[in-house]
Amino acid sequence: MFGYYLDLALRSLRRNKALTALMVLAIALGIGASMTTLTVLHVLSGDPLPGRSGSLYYPQLDPRDGHGYLPGKTEPMDQMAWIDGMNLLQAKRADRQALMTGGDAAIQPENGAFDPFYEDMRFTTAGFFPMFGVPFEYGHAWGEAEDDAHARVVVISSQLNDKVFGGGDSTGKTLRLDGSAFRVVGVIGDWHPNPNFYDLNRKNYNENEGVFLPLSTSQDLGMAHDGSVDCWGNGGSGQAPDHDSPCAWLQFWVQLDSPAKVAGYKEFLLHYAEQQKALGRFQRPPNVRLRNVMQWLAYQQVVPDDVRLQAGLAFGFLLVCLVNTVGLMLAKFLRHAGELGVRRALGASRRALFAQLLVESGVVGLVGGAGGLLLALAGLWLVRRQPAEYASLAHLDPMMLLATFLLALGASLLAGLLPAWRACQVTPALQLKSN
Amino acid sequence: MELRPILSTLRRHKTTAWLLILEIALTCAIVCNAVFLIGQRLQRMDLPSGIAEHELVQIQLGHVGKNVDAKAQTEADLAALRQIAGVRQVAVANQLPFSFGSDSNGSLMLDPRQQQKTAQVAEFMGGPGLLPTLGAQLVAGRDFQPGEYVDFDAAVQALHDGDARGLPQEIILTRGLAKRLWPGQDALGKTVYFGNNLPFRVIGVVASLARPKQLEQGVQYSTVLPISMTAADGSSYILRTSPQERGAVLKAAVAKLKQLDPNRVVLVKRTYDAARREYFADDRAMAGILVGVIVALLTVTALGIVGLASFWVGQRRRTIGVRRALGATRGDILRYFQTENFLLASFGIALGMVLAYGLNLFLMLHYELPRLPGIYLPVGALVLWGIGQLAVLGPALRASNVPPVVATRSV
Repeated sequence: MFGYYLDLALRSLRRNKALTALMVLAIALGIGASMTTLTVLHVLSGDPLPGRSGSLYYPQLDPRDGHGYLPGKTEPMDQMAWIDGMNLLQAKRADRQALMTGGDAAIQPENGAFDPFYEDMRFTTAGFFPMFGVPFEYGHAWGEAEDDAHARVVVISSQLNDKVFGGGDSTGKTLRLDGSAFRVVGVIGDWHPNPNFYDLNRKNYNENEGVFLPLSTSQDLGMAHDGSVDCWGNGGSGQAPDHDSPCAWLQFWVQLDSPAKVAGYKEFLLHYAEQQKALGRFQRPPNVRLRNVMQWLAYQQVVPDDVRLQAGLAFGFLLVCLVNTVGLMLAKFLRHAGELGVRRALGASRRALFAQLLVESGVVGLVGGAGGLLLALAGLWLVRRQPAEYASLAHLDPMMLLATFLLALGASLLAGLLPAWRACQVTPALQLKSN
Repeated sequence: MELRPILSTLRRHKTTAWLLILEIALTCAIVCNAVFLIGQRLQRMDLPSGIAEHELVQIQLGHVGKNVDAKAQTEADLAALRQIAGVRQVAVANQLPFSFGSDSNGSLMLDPRQQQKTAQVAEFMGGPGLLPTLGAQLVAGRDFQPGEYVDFDAAVQALHDGDARGLPQEIILTRGLAKRLWPGQDALGKTVYFGNNLPFRVIGVVASLARPKQLEQGVQYSTVLPISMTAADGSSYILRTSPQERGAVLKAAVAKLKQLDPNRVVLVKRTYDAARREYFADDRAMAGILVGVIVALLTVTALGIVGLASFWVGQRRRTIGVRRALGATRGDILRYFQTENFLLASFGIALGMVLAYGLNLFLMLHYELPRLPGIYLPVGALVLWGIGQLAVLGPALRASNVPPVVATRSV
């Protein structure tokens, strides 16, 4: 039966080519626009570390003075001050923890092989690599012993390894940063969490840090900080913030493997804040938060407003395209009411007519979906040429591919429902008589 | 033109008519808001910065290794840059209006005891000659005098020690900020406070100086402090020249700086126009996307009208033939279809206005947008009426060409 309906549908669609083309075009445009924006939204609001992000938490404290505090309303600071970061790090109350901040420094050639250039860096503690599950191509991470010894060791990205050492196993080689020599202990494999959840102060997407080195070492050498510095009271800073100035400029992440540990850690943070208040360092009542990765990204509203707006706009457009298609489909079905009357008179049930018409709208939907897919690919190509920092991430993945077809088919079947139902209401005798 | 026959025909095609009305309404709502959004973006891209935009170039350097004497080197750099042909003025600046990079902000208060800040202001610093180099216009008071400047390192140290004497005592504000702080009063001589009771006396007011980022905090809420920066503090050299010489000056300046100390990396070298363009690139892209959506929407709607009208004309060939046979002119038939479309468009527009306001309310809630100005509605209505009439013209002309003899044929 399906084959027969398909044949009828194709005949009917061929008979009025302009109208068919119009419907297919409308569906394709609507689907193309929605899928383009939906893919961008999907990529940007994705989980940066699937499987791991649920147990990673970002503790927040509020060490500021009383100025500007609204009880119950003021959120704690987005970053940690040095003293609090070190205290929490050394307390070791979580399964894993790391204190970090962004920086940059000039990479110099050993023997004039290339011009010096600036590279984005991460100053962090040893917990960073196992906690975030960073894969290593060569070598390994540094350990707590190196943190404590303020060792001159670095872990580099594979891109930087290619650029400076021409690829290969570079562990043991020397890298000169800002005039100091560092020993390469590891080369990171393919690891690009997007959004760059652990530090949202530089770029949210496509952050590409080439060098990771111990926080303690970076402070010894007074390496330049890069990111935001939030001060209160008489705080202020130059390129390398002071450790005892009232400024927050570090990120502190912890891994907590069970809900009980999460509750326990929250308790610990409250207790810590109370203790600091008793010591006179904190002036506000305890104001702490403990968000996991996805909660943190949502709180920071990391997906740009424009991307949401574009997605909304595209779905509005799809809606107009669908209404347009419903109208055209209705016109088309009713025009052939005579034929439907003949089929009814010859014994076809309403249900059979309905199925036949839905097959016709389904065909329009599939062809429109295919067109929409091509348009979405073109649209994503256009997105990649945009100036936004996330531009290069806009690629269609298999899931979105499937979603495109389901959306197209669903949309056109939905668009076919009303016209098919209306067309099935024809009274066979009346239709036969009038012609 | 008699409306009754048109309405009674439409009543017989209720579903189709309603679908067309709905399509026009949705298009109207989206197009009105999209045009409004474009207007907002263009307005943002057009914000005045208060500086001599087309005459400025910016160079930011990174120092490889430790810098021995950043202050002396900056002095030497500035002196050398002044020698370059075409350079009128040179200064150091920590930030520029509407540009990416690090920026300085502070919480300003009018009374040291107040709990909530009065405004979050941008803090421009650099050194002597900053305002004339940028081309910011003093409208009251004076610029800083040489003795009033404090070195950045010394200022950070003084702040750290809580020693207000090591900090500058003067400040220059924009007119916009002065109006916000003391409406209707003279700002000169007034005192503002930062941090814990650190006073600054207003000695000058500039006409305009936009902040680098955080525009939502008040585009014009900027201050200038007499703090001397060096190129090692992450500041930039700003050179003022003529618009035609910018390219040559930028090239010569970079070469000169490289020559003075090859052990430096150029982090930023650009004209201010390029910096500003980069800052608003997202807005420009968004405006382009919105234009694309508007064109696509209007096209789809127009094609939908053409399709439905063609269908109706085909369906009513006999009726048209009968009317023609009974004496209706071609013009009558043409006008019939045009009026029908006008009626449908009017219903659609009326519904669309309501939807447009609803959509605007939703956007206001989620995207900090102002209310849709009333002017968009009549303009949107005119556009949709026009498009409807154009779209229906083809099918209507075809209808008017139906010969009266059709009435006598049976099929």
